[in-house]
Amino acid sequence: MTERRLFSPLGWTLFAIIVVLGLTMPLLHVWVPEGHTLHVSAYMLTLVGKILCYAAVALAMDLVWGYAGILSLGHGLFFALGGYAFGMYLMREIGREGQYQSDLPDFMVFLDWKELPWYWVGTEHFLWALFLVVAVPGIVAFVFGWFAFRSRIKGVYFSIITQALTFAAMLLFFRNDTGFGGNNGFTDFKRILGFPIAAPETRAVLFALTVVYVAGILVFCRWLTQSKFGRVLAAIRDAESRTMFVGYDPLPYKLGVWTLSAVLCGIAGALYVPQVGIINPSEMSPANSIEIAIWAAIGGRGTLIGPLIGAGVVNGAKSWFTVSFPDLWLYVLGALFVVATLYLPRGIVGLVRRRG
Amino acid sequence: MSDYEYGNRCIPHPYALVGTQADSASDASYGRVVVPGEVDVTHGAILYLESVTVSFDGFKALNDLNLSVDDGELRCIIGPNGAGKTTMMDVITGKTRPDAGTVYFGQTIDLTRLNEVAIAHAGIGRKFQKPTVFENLSVFENLELALKMDKRAWKSLFAKLNGEQRDRIDEVLATIKLSEAAHGPAGRLSHGQKQWLEIGMLLAQSPRVLLLDEPVAGMTDQETAETAELFLSLKGKHTLIVVEHDMDFINTIAHTVTVLHEGHVLAEGDMATVQNDPKVIEVYLGR
Ligand SMILES: Nc1ncnc2c1ncn2[C@@H]1O[C@H](COP(=O)(O)OP(=O)(O)OP(=O)(O)O)[C@@H](O)[C@H]1O
Ligand SMILES: [Mg+2]
Repeated sequence: MTERRLFSPLGWTLFAIIVVLGLTMPLLHVWVPEGHTLHVSAYMLTLVGKILCYAAVALAMDLVWGYAGILSLGHGLFFALGGYAFGMYLMREIGREGQYQSDLPDFMVFLDWKELPWYWVGTEHFLWALFLVVAVPGIVAFVFGWFAFRSRIKGVYFSIITQALTFAAMLLFFRNDTGFGGNNGFTDFKRILGFPIAAPETRAVLFALTVVYVAGILVFCRWLTQSKFGRVLAAIRDAESRTMFVGYDPLPYKLGVWTLSAVLCGIAGALYVPQVGIINPSEMSPANSIEIAIWAAIGGRGTLIGPLIGAGVVNGAKSWFTVSFPDLWLYVLGALFVVATLYLPRGIVGLVRRRG
Repeated sequence: MSDYEYGNRCIPHPYALVGTQADSASDASYGRVVVPGEVDVTHGAILYLESVTVSFDGFKALNDLNLSVDDGELRCIIGPNGAGKTTMMDVITGKTRPDAGTVYFGQTIDLTRLNEVAIAHAGIGRKFQKPTVFENLSVFENLELALKMDKRAWKSLFAKLNGEQRDRIDEVLATIKLSEAAHGPAGRLSHGQKQWLEIGMLLAQSPRVLLLDEPVAGMTDQETAETAELFLSLKGKHTLIVVEHDMDFINTIAHTVTVLHEGHVLAEGDMATVQNDPKVIEVYLGR
């Protein structure tokens, strides 16, 4: 009873099946010839890969919203920061194959810059880029969280400030002078670690890495939320003041989970950019971050698995609607959200659990 | 927003240890470092409030309040609604900073310089007027969180209960008669059971001083009697400060009673003295 398991045997079985299926997709892309019924197209692989990255973001969102009661409406920022950090590396990998055949990324040549700004130094190194992917969202989240939590900013005030934060960052990144390609962002990538970025094998590896990443952080988050740390988070969420009188300082708990969540988003962003082939400031738009919260709400927050499902369902529906009925999508999203809040307080997962 | 949160806005720098005029105190003993469990009670008093004043927008919830509680004592505090009883507990536990006055824990610990968490670690535990337990956690987990142990975040990541700690929780569960309900969510308990769980959390926390704000509200007569028995058994080992409106309950447990009125001590003494005090009869008992 008190001995906690990460997942039930059934849960582990389902988990294994889904991971194996996920890892089969890239194999079908590479090894099954085009035209064969079992072939997975590049379009499909990219679409699912992208959704998996979103799923990781939804999971990170659940960690702070579902378990710590902190509703972030700025998680798109951390995702984008991770994406930009890795995008810098991809831009440098283009080498002299850009339009201007310069060592500098094209947009810098266009701006008539003669040398790299200091923050681009070292970005040609893959490992340094990986470090930035973790460090940049992590540090931004830590500093912001430290001030916000220390001044006990909570609830809707906190959410609004996170919206403002991502909006401000978007405006900053829109500017050409900021040195991140302005409103075009980064695109036209050529290689990653020397391999052609759009080659089937490269796509397959990136996809497989994404599957492993999502599976890995699911297990990790499950472990975290079932630890005593997770129970203290739940206590802070439900009665913060009480938790302090019991002797827990909420600051390191909130700050810890908040920073972790941002880092998880950043890594998801870094996996997203090479698969989708573009990153631009629109990823930081306030609406994007709100959508992340909607995925979690529709899937069922505080369940970890729910937000994964929510991200899948909503984005699956989105890619269908934006092709078939592009004008309707926002209404559908709004309706989904209203229905979920009114009738499915525990989201899709709650619905299944109630039936089951 | 629940009752215990409404005072938050009066603390400007909540997590900081607030340096105040006491920094410059000439008496060397004021400079002593706070060591949990090391409370200097050589002079008998464990809690000492002097001239404490708290105002909310000009209204004085506490007005020149003086109170001294001895180590191991069971002190009852009574008084009409709005007398400042809860506010007094807010001041002792660091939730509200007094506008004036001093609050000492033992001879050396100036509570006005500590935040809520530090005060809890120093050894003061509290039960709120409105019972507040962690509703989504099980009864057992509520006690687990309260249990005296290292409460820093990174320690919590790998914390596992040892046999001794489990036994302690089981013992508390038996004391508060919630062994059966141990693994159900605390949110499903009855009002009286929540009161008990909160008392149980205090027992698990094992503080030197227990502040109990209306602990028997919503309890049946039977439960009230059992609570009285429990408090009497804790007396001596712990210091208890009990705020209650239930006069029968007070009668059963009281040794010394303090009557608060308009943020000030109106009378103090044993039950008989207080009950026959004309001022007390006028403002409180005779209503
Ligand atoms: N944060 C606050 N802001 C404004 N007024 C407050 C605040 N906290 C308490 N008060 C006021 O201070 C007075 C004392 O309140 P307190 O809660 O201490 O009374 P009490 O003795 O506990 O009463 P009761 O028996 O009803 O619990 C009341 O008039 C109350 O309205
Ligand atoms: Mg009160």
